[in-house]
Amino acid sequence: MLSEQIQAKIERELVKYPADQRQSAVMAALRFVQDEKGWIANDDMADIAAYLGMPQMAVYEVATFYHMYNLKPMGKFTLTVCTNLSCQLCGSDDTLAYLKQKLGIGIGEITPDGKFGVREGECMGACVDAPMFTINNKKLCGRLTPQKIDQILADLEGGQA
Amino acid sequence: MIKIEIDGKLIETENGVTVIEAAHQAGIAIPHFCYHKKLSIAANCRMCLVQVEKAPKPLPACATSVAEGMKVYTHSAQAVKAQKGVMEFLLINHPLDCPICDQGGECMLQDISVGYGGVASRYHEEKRAVLGKDIGPLVSAEEMSRCINCTRCVRFGQEIAGMMELGQAFRGEHAEIMSFVSGTVDSELSGNMIDLCPVGALTSKPFRYKARSWELSRRRSVSAHDSLGTSLAVQTKSNRVLRVLPIENDDINECWLSDKDRFAYEGLNSAERLTKPMIKQDGKWHEVEWQTALEFVANGLRHLANGAGAAHIGALATANSTLEEMYLLQKLVRGLGSNNVDFRLRQTDFSGDGKQQGTPWLGMSIADISRADRLLIVGSFLRKDHPLLAARIRRAVKNGAQVNIIHSADDDLLMNVANKAIVAPDALLETLNQVARDVAAQKDVGIAASLRSGERVAVLLGNFAQQHPQAAQLQAAAQQIAAATNGKFGFFGEAANSVGGYLANAVPGTQGLNAAAMLETPRKAYLLLNVEPELDCANPQQAMAAMHTADLVVSLSAYKHHALEYADVLLPIAPFTETSGTFVSTEGRVQSFKGAVKPLGEARPAWKVLRVLGNLLKVAGFEYDTSEAVRDEALHGMDVAARLDNGIGAVEAKPYAGQGGLQRVSDVPIYATDAVVRRSAPLQATTDASMPRVWMRSEELGKLGVQPGTTVRVSQGGASVALAAALDDRLPKGVVRVAAGHAATAALGAMFGTITLERA
Repeated sequence: MLSEQIQAKIERELVKYPADQRQSAVMAALRFVQDEKGWIANDDMADIAAYLGMPQMAVYEVATFYHMYNLKPMGKFTLTVCTNLSCQLCGSDDTLAYLKQKLGIGIGEITPDGKFGVREGECMGACVDAPMFTINNKKLCGRLTPQKIDQILADLEGGQA
Repeated sequence: MIKIEIDGKLIETENGVTVIEAAHQAGIAIPHFCYHKKLSIAANCRMCLVQVEKAPKPLPACATSVAEGMKVYTHSAQAVKAQKGVMEFLLINHPLDCPICDQGGECMLQDISVGYGGVASRYHEEKRAVLGKDIGPLVSAEEMSRCINCTRCVRFGQEIAGMMELGQAFRGEHAEIMSFVSGTVDSELSGNMIDLCPVGALTSKPFRYKARSWELSRRRSVSAHDSLGTSLAVQTKSNRVLRVLPIENDDINECWLSDKDRFAYEGLNSAERLTKPMIKQDGKWHEVEWQTALEFVANGLRHLANGAGAAHIGALATANSTLEEMYLLQKLVRGLGSNNVDFRLRQTDFSGDGKQQGTPWLGMSIADISRADRLLIVGSFLRKDHPLLAARIRRAVKNGAQVNIIHSADDDLLMNVANKAIVAPDALLETLNQVARDVAAQKDVGIAASLRSGERVAVLLGNFAQQHPQAAQLQAAAQQIAAATNGKFGFFGEAANSVGGYLANAVPGTQGLNAAAMLETPRKAYLLLNVEPELDCANPQQAMAAMHTADLVVSLSAYKHHALEYADVLLPIAPFTETSGTFVSTEGRVQSFKGAVKPLGEARPAWKVLRVLGNLLKVAGFEYDTSEAVRDEALHGMDVAARLDNGIGAVEAKPYAGQGGLQRVSDVPIYATDAVVRRSAPLQATTDASMPRVWMRSEELGKLGVQPGTTVRVSQGGASVALAAALDDRLPKGVVRVAAGHAATAALGAMFGTITLERA
């Protein structure tokens, strides 16, 4: 079952679309679930399908098409490192290697305490700050160096997202 | 009309069509994969790129509309270069496994790559692999690496079948066709995805590795199951039916085939086939020669006719029997002096007999259904009883038609329903009468408003309405509504020959007993043509009691079934693929067909068996050489179109029998409708053929104190069966739904009536 908060948020989205086009809210609905749970399980997709009156498979198509939806638990803080060309030229390979070494996990994995997960991402449209990663697809962190990464991780550990 | 030029050929075409349609009209082939004339345009395979004058780049012919003066080149250097380029990309990831691929020899990719593919691949990197999926017993998706992602199967599900069970998950190079959480594809039309798949990704599971397409001989045939009269291509090898495919016929099935018609053939060679005549003597079954068996039957019938009287002979046939078979059956019993012959085995209300102005039929052509703008469908498990008609209506609804439903169960029709009244069986007639009164009073409420606003109204009575104890009154009410709305009304025929049975005169007339009366007041002898009484009759309890008390039961059947318990003689007859015959579809189309293979073992076409019986009994006029001669005699001087008439005179008002208690609502499950289908292993493995459950509302579950899934004892007419309980809050109050036509419920009584439940 979708939580009441999520249902309320979806209802706000639905106002934007014609009454017979409820499925237009599917991307937002998936986002709300991910915001609440950190990832989207198949059961959540089935719930969204039922709520919006659309085929389950159609929800699955959307959820698997977009990279930013987590289809498995990705930790409390998902660090998505851009590995596209600009970032790569500015050293994203080093950023990724440092993160992996520091957290002791590989791409697509989460730390044993469930706090951090690392993903590879596509261009974030802010190449001027390369190399960069996002935290939970929301906060952009750029001009990353080992020191800066240490600081960010320490802040997150300390509860300041 | 506008003028365009394709490959230098001047073509006049309608404005708004696409280039590929215009080219096909003019007989010019453009290679394509994702384009299909009955599906929406996706334009994702890019195979149909053509050069258009003044366009800077090649354009996809399937997604480009024609324009006045347009010049298209399908084989210019630019077009061919583009097509070859696309072909090369499509083949990059396609496995080179044609020798072991079931599609080999009938593969669009194979054919088109001969024309546009390179001699060798320039791609030496690793190919992508896609894991196979298990999507059920009918469609194989074992080799999804072959998929070229044309999405025809996905669009078919969305647009024709009405349920999107397959989809394209992930993206780019990782895109793959799959179902949600590895679910099965349960649509009753799923087999069409096999035909649509242009490569060998979706193939027929029962047909896998059985034969190559070029080894098969094709015979034209007609569906022996539902009443649509679907055109079939029966494909055979070594005297065995190996596959059934649709033959395109826009007036009937278009290019589709229901799974029932497609996979029923697997039941033809079932181990239960009866291949030798058998006689029961001293309680033991003996295989005998035809001569012995037929003489035994003839002696028995003659003895009875001369002794107790011919009125003690009753003949029953299923509506899946051919016109010829039913004609000879009635001619035989009438020749013996009995008029007890009927094929309407699940009908319970015969009060319309003698008041019908003609043969009940669809009341319109099948194509007319697509053109109707307001429909009222009364008492029909539409999707399961008539899958392709449901698909037609679904498309009509998408084009703006309104569908109104009056029924006793609320199954999802996978289409928008304008109004529906889901009422208990005893309220069905009153609900329809209310609509009739509203329409007559020109009231704009609910269903009446919808019907009154239409120009082409169709009122259609389904199987449930025809089996209903007040069927004649329902027909009269439908007649009133149709007259008041200037529309048409008719029946969805229950089986392949529901119209043909009337034309063959396999009905008792005023002298004889109808199907129900014949079983209610048991006869001394029964002739059963294709009938399994415990599954095919309206009241299996009564039918079986009659069989057990009869002195002589002659079962003409393709299968050894429960007849072994009550019959005295079993005569092996040929199913529709092994005999010639004629079916008259629900729209009154008379379609004859030839046998596709020789009868199995010593089975013989039923018309020949009946002919010899006629000769042995010295009934006059049984000298036929061919089934065509039988047909010509049956239809001699008959204007079939003039005979079709749903009109009904004044009928007596009969109350709904049975008061109080829970009312039974019965459907005949889609894969339990006739003998062949019941024995098709792949169909019996589908979700639709799962064990019947007893469906009830939550308050009934509460009263019994059980959960869905708990076994419940269901009793009717002194017998009971144990079935799992299931929850359906969309049923009307006081209604319990229990399927008929299934071995698990055959011990119960009538399809309509009161039923009791208790904890097991």
